[in-house]
Amino acid sequence: METLANGVKIGEKPEGMEGHGFFATSLEKVVGMARKNSIWPLPFATSCCGIEFMATMGAHYDLARFGSERLSFSPRQADLLMVMGTIAKKMGPVLRQVYEQMAEPRWVLSVGACASSGGIFDTYSVLQGIDRIIPVDVYVPGCPPRPEQIIDGVMKIQRLVETESLRRRDSAEYKAMLNSYGIE
Amino acid sequence: MELDDQEKIIEVINQKFDGDILQTEMLYDYLTITLKKDRIIQIIKHLYDHPDAKFQYLTTMCGVHFPDLNQIALVYQLHNLVSNLRIRLKIYLPIENPTIPTLTPVFAAANWMERETYDFYGVIFEGHPNLKRILNVEEMTIFPLRKEYPLEDQVREDKNDSMFGR
Repeated sequence: METLANGVKIGEKPEGMEGHGFFATSLEKVVGMARKNSIWPLPFATSCCGIEFMATMGAHYDLARFGSERLSFSPRQADLLMVMGTIAKKMGPVLRQVYEQMAEPRWVLSVGACASSGGIFDTYSVLQGIDRIIPVDVYVPGCPPRPEQIIDGVMKIQRLVETESLRRRDSAEYKAMLNSYGIE
Repeated sequence: MELDDQEKIIEVINQKFDGDILQTEMLYDYLTITLKKDRIIQIIKHLYDHPDAKFQYLTTMCGVHFPDLNQIALVYQLHNLVSNLRIRLKIYLPIENPTIPTLTPVFAAANWMERETYDFYGVIFEGHPNLKRILNVEEMTIFPLRKEYPLEDQVREDKNDSMFGR
């Protein structure tokens, strides 16, 4: 990683062929790099994990450092669905509709014990993990997780975004996975 | 609550509904009157109108399941906002057929309280304008606060006795 005189670090460039006035690499790597550094999250915050998320977005932890300062409160423009907090069974269809309204490619980050597994709320009224209704890419454990953990989860999402094949979302496996959730 | 206040309220009920009171007791400084279920709505209306009672505010209304008695109790808590007196009225319904007329003509606030009681205990309030589930998902087939239904969602596989000591 290259460091400038003012201390700013420049990210790695993708593998490729370099010469005078040109740089050749695969489109997939360039798209992955661009997407990775401009993820628009949709915060779906229902309880205390949402408070930790507010700290994560604040100046001290500052998720903007990872290119995610632009929150999208409309699912249409969002890339990453961040589910933070207990999802009651009555909220389940709402969450599912939000996921369905997001355009591909889309990722899901499940923050905290409740979103991931129901947490302490093992009761008839609470959904026992959002992966019962929508597919999840990364789980962040904790009750609630600290902002560092949420950032770690976002960085793991970045890693997925960067390395994902451009054709993955067209693959039969991906469609079969969505169909297993009853999503077209 | 003063003794003469208690006697006055019991007297108001006995004037018109003699023999409906099954039991009276003071629980936590709260006059609790157990009544026969048949004329409960008329009794509450009477307590609303009578100048010695004037219980014109319905604090809350809820159900309690007693599996040993095979009964569901309904508890109405009333408040006189002028004299600041409160009473609790209790009736028991059989679990096989928990049916009772609605209180909504007397207190509009009873609407959601009765929906909640229906949602959790399956009590049918006859004449209720919109008796459907209020808090739980509409597809739910059970009445979750009846004791025969388990509290926990039965889908978790990560909990076992060796980890949780049950």
